[in-house]
Amino acid sequence: MNFDDTPQEAEFRATARAWIGANAPKQYEDDLRKSSLGRTVLKNGNILEVAKAWQKKKADAGWACLHWPKEYGGRGSSPIERVIWQQEEGPFGQLSRMFIIGHGMCGPTMMAFAREEHKRTYLPPLASGEKVWCQLFSEPAGGSDVAGLRTRAEKDGDDWIINGQKIWTSGAHYSDYGILLTRTDPTVPKHKGLTMFFLDMKSPGVEVRPIKQASGASDFNEVYFTNVRIPDHQRLGEVGDGWNVSLTTLMNERSAIGAAVSTGFPELFEYCSSLMLDDGPAIEDRAVRSKLANWAVKASGLKYTSMRAISALSKGERPGPENSIGKLVAGSMIQDVATYALDLQGASGVISGEDAELAGRFQAMLLRAPGTRVEGGTDEIMRNIIAERVLGLPGDIRVDKDVPFNKIPTKGRG
Amino acid sequence: MNFDFSDDQKQLRDQARKFLTEKCSPKAVRVVLDGKAPYDKELWKGLAEMGFLGVAIPEEFGGAGAGHLELCVIAEEMGRANAPVPFSSTVYLAAEALLIAGSDAQKKKWLPAIASGEAIGTLALFEGKGNPSPKAIKLTAANGVLNGVKKPVADGAIADFAVVAARTGSSGRDGDISLFLVDLKAGGVEVKSLTNLDPTRGQAEIAFTNCKAEPLGTAGEGWSILTQVLDRAAVLCAFEQVGGSDRALEMGRDYALDRIAFGRQIGSFQAVKHMLADMYVSATLARSNSYYGAWALSTNAAELPEAAAAARISATQAFQHCAKNNIQVHGGMGFTWEFDCHMYYRRANAMALGLGSLTYWEDQLIDRMRKKNAA
Repeated sequence: MNFDDTPQEAEFRATARAWIGANAPKQYEDDLRKSSLGRTVLKNGNILEVAKAWQKKKADAGWACLHWPKEYGGRGSSPIERVIWQQEEGPFGQLSRMFIIGHGMCGPTMMAFAREEHKRTYLPPLASGEKVWCQLFSEPAGGSDVAGLRTRAEKDGDDWIINGQKIWTSGAHYSDYGILLTRTDPTVPKHKGLTMFFLDMKSPGVEVRPIKQASGASDFNEVYFTNVRIPDHQRLGEVGDGWNVSLTTLMNERSAIGAAVSTGFPELFEYCSSLMLDDGPAIEDRAVRSKLANWAVKASGLKYTSMRAISALSKGERPGPENSIGKLVAGSMIQDVATYALDLQGASGVISGEDAELAGRFQAMLLRAPGTRVEGGTDEIMRNIIAERVLGLPGDIRVDKDVPFNKIPTKGRG
Repeated sequence: MNFDFSDDQKQLRDQARKFLTEKCSPKAVRVVLDGKAPYDKELWKGLAEMGFLGVAIPEEFGGAGAGHLELCVIAEEMGRANAPVPFSSTVYLAAEALLIAGSDAQKKKWLPAIASGEAIGTLALFEGKGNPSPKAIKLTAANGVLNGVKKPVADGAIADFAVVAARTGSSGRDGDISLFLVDLKAGGVEVKSLTNLDPTRGQAEIAFTNCKAEPLGTAGEGWSILTQVLDRAAVLCAFEQVGGSDRALEMGRDYALDRIAFGRQIGSFQAVKHMLADMYVSATLARSNSYYGAWALSTNAAELPEAAAAARISATQAFQHCAKNNIQVHGGMGFTWEFDCHMYYRRANAMALGLGSLTYWEDQLIDRMRKKNAA
């Protein structure tokens, strides 16, 4: 049991560190360190431009999408090298957030299902951040129940005509392309009538409307399709096989390990170390210490769980469903941590924004935290994954399993 | 990086599991639980023969000289099997105290006897209510003679010797405390068994009256030695707790698959699935914290005090959580004497107190984290 790199890993780390040291946009380092929860705020820079510039610089030097094949804009690195890169990139890795969906899900899906000419055309500019991609899966009628979607694709000569609506589409407002899951046959059970495509987000008939979140920010969107044409050669996988194609996408979503998950704990510990309560320093208060200790062991437990996963990766093992615990634990923890930090502020905890303690850092955390527990699979879906795939418990009973999609009772929007 | 046990260590774990599955069935545990024996003597002998008691004791003192990572994997299996033997008091507390502070002669006398299963040892620290603290120690030592009462003392009624914490000064500081070695079979010792939450590991009250004792370690350094012993034992106990958590989770999972209610396996109900998923989560966090503790213990790293406290808290919570919800999954059956669930529930709650309560370890963790941040 040790924390040392192998000689090759050490060499890779040294090369990566040197390059990052010489090239990273250090003027933003402080801002990036303080942006710990999903929302990156740069005081003196446009986040989209800064992120794209950093990604392009990495791509030109061969540091973009490390695990992708070289011919598609990657480096052909091992999974462990990817983890080492993430560790060395540190806060600058946050700049890649707007590319996460493209790099983590769209790219791998294209690699598995697109024509060779499309891969060579579309993947390198995706790797270099010149083009941004989004994933058009969720709908008002199908969030966790992805296969319940209703956006229709109908064949018209060599094209498909798309009509319908997607929702919760991260980054659609600045995306150039998207992968789109549609229903091509409503007369068969829901998982069997789906087909996947990719499309240009500037296609006529695509309308993107940002959704204003509880936090006030707008990170995701509703996307409407009105008679949008997609050529058949942009289909990914067979007609009716969209569910299997989407599983490839979702599996890639969950295998992105090694990146540190935000728990809010370092921020809370730092805050309590300096905060004075009526009876003295917060860190000396019995109740505060107990709370901190309980969160400390969750945060360290997550850290060392991820180290165990990295060790397994370095031995060539594949990341398994047990990696679902990171987001599950961190999601509700960050919400509880933010709630507690405000409780310590008493009545003044209600003030948010620049006028608040620490420029409203914990208030912003509180308003963003509910999203962490929902996006990329709700807490409930994560628990189902652990129960079914790790512990081997039976799947949920699905009353719509063998029923043709157009015979399933519906209620609600869409 | 290799943040995992080696193949050899995993093989040792498999060997220990196989041995304990055979020699330490729930039926065997029940002999002690039902009060028919104070501990499982056959099992204790077998553990000695397998080399498990002395796995971390150097070869020159009769042990296997393997190391603490090896002891951690065995500890996990002891917890999984709920072994009714004085393993933690003898191996984690008494042997570690001797390894840290014993003279060559003391080591030569007691360590081979521990490794061979001839001597059971313990630590006599507590004196009634309260957590580990120099102030709580009233038992006095003067001119090599002890006077005072210790309780609870883990496995005190079956132990051959004890490491005893005694007051040797009156400055009111940590330096007032010194450690002593006492042969419990000699004069001046009166032992009384106490009923306790977990009868598979006994507790006793020991009264020392003008009892002769020899110093263990330098006078006045008792508290510093004790802190080290408790930290090391915290990591080792955490592995027992992780083993117990895993077993409780497994029992709950198996029952949820087996039991049919409302025409379905109860494990198909989301409320039950999610309860088991949460047990898996806490057991996993505890395991990962314990691995870090194992690394710190085996390398004697500067991080050991903080790592030990984190492992202790995390593993205590996980074992309590898993043992409690294992009973819940079992429904009414879980609450019967006949089912094994309560044995893990007892062990989980007894272990949560043995090295001082969670409150104590939470305090320790925050103090240690502050110290690190200040450094």
